[in-house]
Amino acid sequence: MIAQAILSRLDGRGRVFLGVILAALVLVPVLHLTMPASSPLHVPIWLVSLMGKYLTYAILALALDLVWGYCGILSLGHGAFFALGGYAMGMYLMRQIGTRGVYGNPVLPDFMVFLNWKELPWFWYGFDMFPFALLMVLLAPGILAFIFGWFAFRSRVTGVYLSIITQALTYALMLAFFRNDMGFGGNNGLTDFKDIVGYSVQSPGTRLVLFTLTLLALAGTYLFSRYVVTSKAGKVLVAIRDAESRTRFLGFRVERYKLFVFTVSAMMAGLAGALYVPQVGIINPSEFQPGNSIEVVIWVAVGGRGTLVGAAIGAILVNLAKTIFTTGALAPYWLFALGALFVLTTLYMPKGVIGTYGEWRDKRREKAALRADAAANPAE
Amino acid sequence: MNQKVTDYLLYLDGVCVAFDGFKAINSLSLTIKPGEMRAIIGPNGAGKTTMMDIITGKTKPDEGDVLFDGTVDLTQLDEAAIANLGIGRKFQKPTVFEMHTVEDNLRLALKADRRVFTTLFWRDAAAEREKINRILATIRLEHLRDASAANLSHGQKQWLEIGMLLAQDPKLLLVDEPVAGMTDAETEATAHLLKEIAKDHSVIVVEHDMAFVRELDVKVTVLHEGSVLAEGPLDTVSADSRVIEVYLGR
Repeated sequence: MIAQAILSRLDGRGRVFLGVILAALVLVPVLHLTMPASSPLHVPIWLVSLMGKYLTYAILALALDLVWGYCGILSLGHGAFFALGGYAMGMYLMRQIGTRGVYGNPVLPDFMVFLNWKELPWFWYGFDMFPFALLMVLLAPGILAFIFGWFAFRSRVTGVYLSIITQALTYALMLAFFRNDMGFGGNNGLTDFKDIVGYSVQSPGTRLVLFTLTLLALAGTYLFSRYVVTSKAGKVLVAIRDAESRTRFLGFRVERYKLFVFTVSAMMAGLAGALYVPQVGIINPSEFQPGNSIEVVIWVAVGGRGTLVGAAIGAILVNLAKTIFTTGALAPYWLFALGALFVLTTLYMPKGVIGTYGEWRDKRREKAALRADAAANPAE
Repeated sequence: MNQKVTDYLLYLDGVCVAFDGFKAINSLSLTIKPGEMRAIIGPNGAGKTTMMDIITGKTKPDEGDVLFDGTVDLTQLDEAAIANLGIGRKFQKPTVFEMHTVEDNLRLALKADRRVFTTLFWRDAAAEREKINRILATIRLEHLRDASAANLSHGQKQWLEIGMLLAQDPKLLLVDEPVAGMTDAETEATAHLLKEIAKDHSVIVVEHDMAFVRELDVKVTVLHEGSVLAEGPLDTVSADSRVIEVYLGR
């Protein structure tokens, strides 16, 4: 019955999307495990982790689409929530190193020993426990987003002003995390991870599991987002996006809806960050760079704003292009290509890949229907 | 605190608002009885829209009292709280949610719990459908139930917005220029609809169209430079020499 309720909320596009996720869930591990390394069908473990990284970006894009595509909040600081989730996971992974660090201190991570710290700072307490770390993955970005949103939305900061302060937010966090005395590893961030819940983060088996978990998280966050946008609350979000003051005069507390969706979205971004860190093996303050957050906007715009599936596809497509571009001779020109992509999408495909495809398909169907009509009634 | 100060549904007394020194509303006093329909006319800049902004909480007055239902001080509340008290507003330029269907526009407006988590777990209910059907019939948009509101004609959008007001089921409706841009036939139908609504709601209509105001056949208030210039039946008011001077005669 629950399955039925979920399926009834999906459109055709969503079913295809979940179908692809399901197929990847089966195919990737099978192709990795059963195919010999020489076979062209073999999926090497580096590719598994690379795809896993793309998928975490897809979750981040989904989170942004929820606030931007459906509620019109153009956040240029979602990278900050992603990075906070990543740091929470990184702190857990640091505490798992134990005596295997360069300095062999059972409690203090290497960078603290190096800085001559004698005690673990209070905000590192509890991060040796996985469930606590998981909670923090959601709570740290969630609470920040809640406090930020509380002030911003209540003061009715909207549009470009809100975008600018979200940029300032992520920039401020970057500067803060760069400082050694913040206690998050400064410049170098957190790295040299060994274990996650007792399994080596380097081992192919763990990486495969992390990949499948990321796929499942993508499916889960997609279903959740789909539930939100198809609920009556989702209709209110769209109403706020299109006519904010009208929605207010209907009696909806616009700021509470914005606060809800912004906080939930930040938590999704945090989850994405937490899945990202063990798969790439490092988290450092550069993840807070304002540019990163802007890139997320480009993914969503390219894929199709306000479509959810489009956001995920945009993230994967653009990052695939980035990987291909930056590993070849054209590497220095990637940023130009990315900028051009954004400009061209905005000018010629304002609805993104998915939206444009949908329009094209509708037109074709219409034409086919007209033709069928004409064939059925040749006399007319 | 809850003792009624006045029996009027809406009570404005000595209200003043200035924007950068310009007095948009200048010691305005106005009262609306429960169940009354009132037409408000006045030249451009007379303060009609600002008055609506004050009543609905968009603008806070510099001084003066605004009481609703004899007990509630509207100057202390925000738009959403005032809307939930039972004051609905239709804008001069029809504003409906263009990306939603006609039905969803009404559904959003329908009187209901407006908290985030209630709407998140909201389920389609038969009673709700029934109400929406009735309103669709009243505003004659049944055949366009599933159409996107963006595709409606100007007149249809005006009607949909009136329908949304009905769905809110407010005690007081503020209607700003409901027939702007309508054909004569539509104007007549709108007047009929508003009179129908006025049977069990209090209504304030702001309008420029004299033929329409005559059609409504209700007490008229003339605003000029932010205060009341004259009040009474349209014929008396339009015979008033000051009114002719500032408004009708020019």
